[in-house]
Formats: sequence, C-alpha cells, structure tokens
Amino acid sequence: MSGLRILVPVKRVIDYAVKPRVNRAQTAVETTSVKHSMNPFDELSIEEAVRLRERKTVPVEEIIAFSAGPPKAADILRTAMAMGADRGIHVQVDEQTPLEPLGVAKLLKKVVEASNSNLVILGKQSIDDDAGQTGQMLAGLLDWAQATQASKVEIGDGGEVTVVKEVDGGVETVRAKLPMVITTDLRLNEPRYASLPNIMKAKKKPLEKKTLKDFDLEAAPRLKTVKVTEPPPRKGGVKVEDVDGMIGKLKELGAL
Amino acid sequence: MATSSRLVTSLRRISTPRVAPSFQRFRFRPANQIRWITAASSEPHQPDADGTVKGAPAPAKTIAFTSEKYDVQRDSKYAQLSEDHVKYFQELLGSESAVVDGVSKDATEDIEPFNSDWMRKYRGHTKLVLKPQTKEEVSKILKYCNDNMLAVVPQGGNTGLVGGSVPVFDEIVINLQKMNKIRSFDDVSGVLVADAGVILEVADNFLAEHNAIFPLDLGAKGSCQIGGNVSTNAGGLRLLRYGSLHGNVLGIEAVLPDGRIIEDLSKLRKNNTGYDLKQLFIGGEGTIGIITGVSILCPQRSPAVNVAYFALESYEQVQKAFKEAKGQLSEILSAFELMDGRTQRIVHDVTGKKMPLDGDHPFYVLIETSGSNADHDSEKLQAFLEHVMETEIVSDGVLAQDQTQIQELWSCREGVTECLGHWGGTYKYDLSIPIAEMYQVVNDLRDRLTEAGLLGKEDSPVIDVVGYGHMGDANIHLNIPVRGYDKKIEKLLEPWVFEWVQKRNGSISAEHGLGISKKPFIGYSRTETMLGLMRQIKDTYDPNGIMNPYKYI
Repeated sequence: MSGLRILVPVKRVIDYAVKPRVNRAQTAVETTSVKHSMNPFDELSIEEAVRLRERKTVPVEEIIAFSAGPPKAADILRTAMAMGADRGIHVQVDEQTPLEPLGVAKLLKKVVEASNSNLVILGKQSIDDDAGQTGQMLAGLLDWAQATQASKVEIGDGGEVTVVKEVDGGVETVRAKLPMVITTDLRLNEPRYASLPNIMKAKKKPLEKKTLKDFDLEAAPRLKTVKVTEPPPRKGGVKVEDVDGMIGKLKELGAL
Repeated sequence: MATSSRLVTSLRRISTPRVAPSFQRFRFRPANQIRWITAASSEPHQPDADGTVKGAPAPAKTIAFTSEKYDVQRDSKYAQLSEDHVKYFQELLGSESAVVDGVSKDATEDIEPFNSDWMRKYRGHTKLVLKPQTKEEVSKILKYCNDNMLAVVPQGGNTGLVGGSVPVFDEIVINLQKMNKIRSFDDVSGVLVADAGVILEVADNFLAEHNAIFPLDLGAKGSCQIGGNVSTNAGGLRLLRYGSLHGNVLGIEAVLPDGRIIEDLSKLRKNNTGYDLKQLFIGGEGTIGIITGVSILCPQRSPAVNVAYFALESYEQVQKAFKEAKGQLSEILSAFELMDGRTQRIVHDVTGKKMPLDGDHPFYVLIETSGSNADHDSEKLQAFLEHVMETEIVSDGVLAQDQTQIQELWSCREGVTECLGHWGGTYKYDLSIPIAEMYQVVNDLRDRLTEAGLLGKEDSPVIDVVGYGHMGDANIHLNIPVRGYDKKIEKLLEPWVFEWVQKRNGSISAEHGLGISKKPFIGYSRTETMLGLMRQIKDTYDPNGIMNPYKYI
C-alpha cells in the first residue's frame, strides 16, 4: 500500500492544570492572561502519529497538524511540529465565535479532501467544552471507519488497522481498513517533550494560514450559551480547641 | 533519614506518570494542589500541610536522643521543671490545649512530635510545650522563665535540618502555631504583616489572591512557619530572584528573654536610624529572642512562567550557560538550578520514571523564568535557547509546553532529595562556595572515598557522591547517599569537607543554619574575633542564656 498521510487536529485550550474561572457576566470562562496549552488528548494524537512514523511498519508520508482558532493557536501548531508534525494548517477563527463540533467536523472533512489524508487521529474530546463529538461526526461525514478512545493502535502493511479501545470496565479490540478516524484516550502513549533542536526546526516548517472562506464554509453557531456558573464552593470546616471539643462537635453532628 | 513510609509516599508522588491511566487525574486533581510539586524546594522535600507524612508520625522511640549522640551535658544552671511552674503557665495561658504538660502527668505521646524532628535525627527530653496566642503571653512566659532560669526552645513548623528547633534536654518548647493570623496586607506597597506562626503556604495563598507572592519558597512550605523562616533566614528557591530575607523583611516584632517586646513592625523600605537590630533576629535561630510577628515586602506574582531543562557536557559549560542566562534573561530569570548527571540517574533508577532527555550527560540545569508578559518572556527565552544551542553551550534540552510539563521538569530537581535516601541514608552538606570551584568539591570527595575503598564497587558502603543546588546563589548541596550511617565514612567526611570549604573562603552552612549539628564547625567560616562579638551580642540580649541553649555559636 502507499504510505500514511496523517491529519492531526489540535486545539488550544486553557491549560488543564489551571483552575478556570467564570467571568463576571457569567457568559463564559475567563481566558485573558490565562495559561493556554495544547489539549492533552491532542498531544497524545500527535505523539501517536510520530510513533507510527518511528515504528516504520508502514511508511508515513506526512503528518499535518491542523488547528482552527485564534491567532495564538499558531503556538500550539509550532509545538505539534516540534514534536514531529511536518507542517501546519491554521484556520483563523475569532475567539468570540468559536466553532461547534459539527462546524469543526465539516471543516476537517474539507481539509482531509484537500490534503488527501487517509488517517485522522484526534483527541476523544477537548477539555474545554468536553463535547466529545468531532471525531465521530467527521467519520460520519467522510463515511469512514472509526475507532474511538484508542489505547493502542497497530497498522499492518496491508493497511489494516487494529485498535484497542477503552470501554467501560475493560477494553475492546476492533479492526478496520484505511481510511480511518481514530480518537485517542489517555493510556495510548506518553507524549514526548519538545526538544530544543526540534523547537528550532519547527520554526522553519511551513505553517499555512487560512480562513473559513477558503473552505467555502460558514459556521454560524447553533447554540447560544445562556449562562456559565461555577460549582458551589466547598463549605469550610470549623476548628475545635481540643479533643473534647471535637468529640462534642461530632456528637452534635450525629457522627458519634 | 527517609523512613520507608515517607519514601513510598514521596516516590508515588514523583512517579505519577505523565498521563495517568485514568481520567480521574483530569477531573479530580484540584489545580491549587498541583503547586505542591512545582514549589521549588531548597532542601529536602518535607511533609506538607495536607500531606501524608505529617499524619503518620513513626514511632519516635527509635530516634536516638540528641543528648546521647552529641557530646553535650545539661547545664546545671538551669532549674528543673516543677509542677508549680506548670501551674503558672496553665493559669497564664488559660486554654487547655495551650499547655502540653508532661511534668505532672504522662504525656509522652502528645509531646513526642515537639521533641523530635521530621528527619528523625534529633530528639530531646522536653516535658512541657507551651502554645501562646499573643505577644503578651510570650512576653510573660519568657520573663517567668528568665526569672526562674528555665531554658526554652522557640519552635515553628519544626521543619529544620540542623536540629535548631528541637530541645536537647528538658528545655520548654514554645511553639508559635497558635499565633497564626495575617494582620494586614497593603497591595500598593506589597507589605504583608503577619504573626510568626502563619504557615508559609497559607501566607503565599493569601498573597496569591492579591497577585503578590511571598519572596520565599521551599519544599516545606506546607508546614513551616514564616517566623521560623525568618529566624533561620531560610534561603530556598526564589532567593536568586527576590533576594534574601535580610533584604525583604522590613520589620519584626520580637520578645526578649526578660519579657521586653521589640515593636518594630516597620513598613518602611528605608530607615537609616541607628543599628538595624532586626537583622540580628533574622537568622538568629531563636537564641536572642522570639520573633512573634513579621512585616515583609512581597513582590508582584508573575503570571507568565516558563521552564526549560538542559543537558551540558562540563561544569565550564554550566558556568557559561549561567552567564548567558543572566545576560539574556536578566530580570525574568527566577531559578537556575544545577543537578549533576549522577543525581538524575539516581532519580531515574529509584523512581523508574522517564527522564526528559535521552542519554547520559554529566550536568543538567533547570531554568525558570517568571515575568509579567508571556509573549515578551517567550521571545526572550527563545532567543536565549537558540543562542545556547547554536554556540553549543548546551548539548540538548527541552522546553515545557504546558503546566504539567513544568511540574514534571521541576520534579527532576525536587525529587532528588528523597531518591538519595533510597539506600538507607544520606550525609548532607549545604555549602556556599565561590561559583568557579563550586562543583570541584564533589569530584574531590568522590576521589577521596574511592581511594579509601568505600566507593565504586557493587556493594560499597557509599553509593555515590553527588552535587546539586542553587547555582544562582553559589550554593551546592553535597550529598553522599550511603547504605547506612557509619563512623568510618564520617571520619573521611569531617572535617575534610569543612577544611575544603574553608580554604576557598566558603560557608559551611549556606541556608540550613547552624542548630546543633553545625555548631562545632562555625570556626571554619567565622574568625575568632567575629565569634567573640557574636557571643557578646548573645550575652547582651540573653544574659542568663535561657534561649535555645547548646546550639548556634
């Protein structure tokens, strides 16, 4: 068979180690001057694509990193390229009107067609809106096979893809022929660090800037966010003076 | 050293895989706790406020008494504690929980945590612990002790490394944990005024809400108290950026042995009016008075933090990298930590975790930048990284791309201390040495121990000789992991290490202080004249010598 042409969509999200805060107007999460990074599931996708190339069972012709987002999304495309993607495509989308999963899936379909990809590896969800729909919608639109929540991916030289999937309480192994959509789960691999030499090389790799218009798409949101609220704060405890105080308090609460 | 339970806990923490095989990590790990791992520690990682270690005090019975380990006799000038004394304190402090009384009844278990340290190296015989709530109470306690010749030990979080905060004999422990109120914070000047017993992490979290930062950070932040930090002039990680407490502490409130209270909670940065007496209390280790409150200058918290981790081929390259980092990163450089290849190999061997860089390199360096503008910082950092790569100062390196990687890289530095204890014990030296010769001590000592036949074979008693530390402060932690503490090894280490340091005009205790463990060796870093002046100061403030006796100078 001919080689793999892998498309890896990545998303710039609030760093998962940062506690998100709801803005005053309760319309969204505060994003200004908050640390952003690559969606952790997308890191796994890039890593897997690079590992497929390193494994050499099937030749990998190219790995494209793709992102639709604000200008800053270019940073994480550079990270993806530092990890091993060959080139990047950045579709600029205004931060105020982000795409919904279906919009992203439609856009990805066009990108897949334009770059003649035969494998799309995406994170099973992005940790900001947790929709977990894009991969499945894309497979539907393309009419391709799909394997979700992958914890192991093997591709034979005849183009057969074996994927071990995380399912409730265990794993499930599925097999399909390329082309295919795979979504990644946490156990799949351990993403590498971006090394300095590769960060420098990544600066010279091509990064195409596009707009939705270039793909003849309009992606007006169908949903309106009515309100965003934080979970109720944990109630603080009380301090007791001594052991007797504690026992008294426990009795009072009916715990003793 | 590290007990098995402590080690297991710490290792588990370190070895958490980059992406845990469970979704839980994403959902249930509160962001504010993650900082624990990031918290740059100076030396070693210590039990945390919510931490596992503190909650499980191992049977302290096995710790040898300091009085037996060290050549020290109880001074007969101090009175023996009587029930009358206890009664006075009980009436004075009122509350039941403020006095832990082991005189009139058996309270061994309750007292044990105050009698020994977390490293299980020091253990005293105290029978009484007092927990005053106000400076007036402290004042009355000290006056009474002074009048009755009762020796005392001021104690904060008891996280010290040199046995300064644990009693040697039956000194009364005055624990400041109940003085734990933040008194004020001015977000224009950045001056924080707080009780001595406020836990460092509590102070830092409070400041975080005001976009400020405590100018000190160390591994024990969850347990140590700011009064203790000031009394021991703790160094830690942020020193490179924010300087020492001698500069950041603007004022103190302290009680003298005779009960007088020094009210000097100044909020002024400039005050050239006479001798700066507070400096004597900073790093005074509780030998001339008890600090009950501190006012301290707190800088703005940096919203943009980047961490990079390099491999270098020689100590000369490390120095070049440090020079370049100072030159190109200047004001945003917030840490420059050195680890030799051996420490990193030990971390790898003990934890089994994947190291950030492939291959073995003789030196590794962790650089942290903190600044106010992420774009500016990353531009500077990129330029710096390109420069050191192109000029081949560093041979390989990685740059953290997200918060998790920042923590992972920090764990390569912070995990060192715990991993060193893996085989049984570690001899630790905390040395200041002029930067050019700083690492040489590690090589020289390794040669010395190899020649003596104690190092180098599969079953040698000494595992290795390693060095790591705060390059930016010319402070190296010389550590000798061993299979067990052994007089034969000790004879080769001391006084050799101290003489080595003395020849180079270094300091035998850079940031850990003197306590009881370094007291006999102060002469290697201070002249007789200076020691004489120090003793005069001690006599002026504490003529009866009741404050933290048998230690310091």
